[in-house]
Amino acid sequence: MIELVAAIAAKFPPGLLLLLGALLIPLLKGRARAAYMLALPVVGLVMTWLIPAGTLITVEMFDYSLILTRVDKLSRIFGIIFHIAALLSVIYSLHIKDTVQQVAALMYAGSGVAAVFVGDLVSLFVFWEATAITSVFLIWARRTERAYATGMRYLLIQVGSGVLLLAGTIIHYRATGSLAFGTEAQPVGLFAFDDIADASPGIVLIFLSFGIKAAFPLLHNWLQDAYPEATITGTVWLSAFTTKLAIYALARGFAGTDLLIPIGAAMTAFPIFYAVIENDLRRVLAYSLNNQLGFMVVGIGIGTELALNGTAGHAFAHIIYKGLLFMSMGAVLLRAGTIKGSELGGLWRRMPYTTVFCVIGAAAISAFPLFSGFVTKSMILTAAAEGHHTIVFAVLLFASAGLFHHSKIPYFAFFAHDSGKKVEEAPTNMLIAMGAAAFLCVAIGIYPAPLYELLPFDMEKLGWTPYDMTHVVTMSQLLFSSALAFVFLQKTGLYPAELRSTNVDSEWIYRRGGKRLVLVLGHFVGGWYRIGRAAAGRALMQVVDRVGRLHSPATSLLGEPWAISEATLLVAAMLIAFLLLAFF
Amino acid sequence: MSDDPHHGPPSVGAVAVKRILRSLYVACAVLVLLDFTYEKHGHYTWEAWPGFHAGYGFVSCVLLVILATQLRKVVRRDEDYYDRD
Repeated sequence: MIELVAAIAAKFPPGLLLLLGALLIPLLKGRARAAYMLALPVVGLVMTWLIPAGTLITVEMFDYSLILTRVDKLSRIFGIIFHIAALLSVIYSLHIKDTVQQVAALMYAGSGVAAVFVGDLVSLFVFWEATAITSVFLIWARRTERAYATGMRYLLIQVGSGVLLLAGTIIHYRATGSLAFGTEAQPVGLFAFDDIADASPGIVLIFLSFGIKAAFPLLHNWLQDAYPEATITGTVWLSAFTTKLAIYALARGFAGTDLLIPIGAAMTAFPIFYAVIENDLRRVLAYSLNNQLGFMVVGIGIGTELALNGTAGHAFAHIIYKGLLFMSMGAVLLRAGTIKGSELGGLWRRMPYTTVFCVIGAAAISAFPLFSGFVTKSMILTAAAEGHHTIVFAVLLFASAGLFHHSKIPYFAFFAHDSGKKVEEAPTNMLIAMGAAAFLCVAIGIYPAPLYELLPFDMEKLGWTPYDMTHVVTMSQLLFSSALAFVFLQKTGLYPAELRSTNVDSEWIYRRGGKRLVLVLGHFVGGWYRIGRAAAGRALMQVVDRVGRLHSPATSLLGEPWAISEATLLVAAMLIAFLLLAFF
Repeated sequence: MSDDPHHGPPSVGAVAVKRILRSLYVACAVLVLLDFTYEKHGHYTWEAWPGFHAGYGFVSCVLLVILATQLRKVVRRDEDYYDRD
């Protein structure tokens, strides 16, 4: 049976099941549709689990051979977690009756899965853009003017990333004659460079393209802009795939690129400052998502086996707890009608299960011992120290301590002051999804061995274990003292209150600065246009005037009426003149 | 709908809060004391200082919040900032 499934799985590119299967959703109704949507990721998960390793499906197109399926441990772990995320998200969205969202969400998941199994840049580009186009419907599905504008900005940036990837691919192909995205001989780090100034232009463009999707500093703001504006369920879907596809792509292409270490360190640190002062709790989560990507990017930059295992494992754990946190905040938004910290609080009595699940998610993201974040993030921390990246290590410790401020999420939503909101507990399907995610957060934390089995490099050979005295005590010290600081800051009134506000970030460049620039430029161009048009108008009027005067009966020869005979004579004279000219 | 800061006492119940806080203080003390009972292995000597991570975590968080409060002064705009023309 297992051999049979494996044999079948080897014939179909993973992801296609979700991508094409989603198209049949509109044909089904009610329970059948729900069952079908649950079955798709389950079947996909089994196939991804069993698909044999190696280069399986190659398609010849024109003179190029496109590798639609290449399986190794790095692609498999991302394929598996993407299916788990899709399954949890389907359960979470079962109460939604919006066909557009259902189809778009599963096609989005399918594109993400397909992208992590391709072996060439052209196929990667196709699925890279597919994730952009399918996912924007999860934002537009809110069907508000604001969501429409946000979706447009999101789409522009995502498609822009794809265009850079395509341009980079073409230039790289012209330079090297290769479309390979990882080879059998060098599965990871094929495009790694020492100095960006010496890297070939194609590689730099590909790097930038991945950097946009991975939310590098200053390229990041599409994330905080778009995710909080998506639908309640849409944000849960979005949080799993796009950025982690970028993490996968960076690991595959650029493992061991030193430049990624400072970039990642900056990513871990700066978003948490914004997280502290942000009022929209789903936007707080978007900032902490950005911070978590930073840890993964550092791991990719270090590029050792332990670091890459840390990155892959952390992406796995992160997708689950981040999804869980977005789910709990989605439940709050659904029930309370707002997600602003300034208007929430005290919901724990009325939403006890959601509260517990959210606290588990917060513990996992904070990397508390016995929760999933701990067993994966400490690999990256250890790898940073082993590589003697002292400053980066200190920054990562700072970011780890600061991450405790994600206690802010459950704190302001469920505790803090009582907002007096009379809300109901989340719907059953949401509770099941959150419960399953919370279970995984704890299960991975307590018993990480099955996850370690999935990591790209052999953990036993690396001889590393998360649960030794030093790791546990130091991490606990960091987090408990951080909690102590939270209490101290609250008691002294130093902790910034939740205020209704917009905090401007790098999006200001295009949403305000760029807009102003365009307006000023438009004004400038418009001014010159008006001056030019007026001048041209005057000149034209002068010409018309002169012609008019020339033809006016009162003032000129041409204006006077001629007899037909005179006119005929004149024409005859002209014809003779032409004839004579033609002879000479 | 006001902009009032919410620094009031949490609604969990004063007794429970007190108990939670006391456990937190005890946990912090125990964790620092634990550092004297085993051999800390770090890659840097400063990692092995007893209570280093506790101090680092506390200072980090206070710094983070103080700097974030300053950042707010620079970046804070009205809620409808981008909706206006």
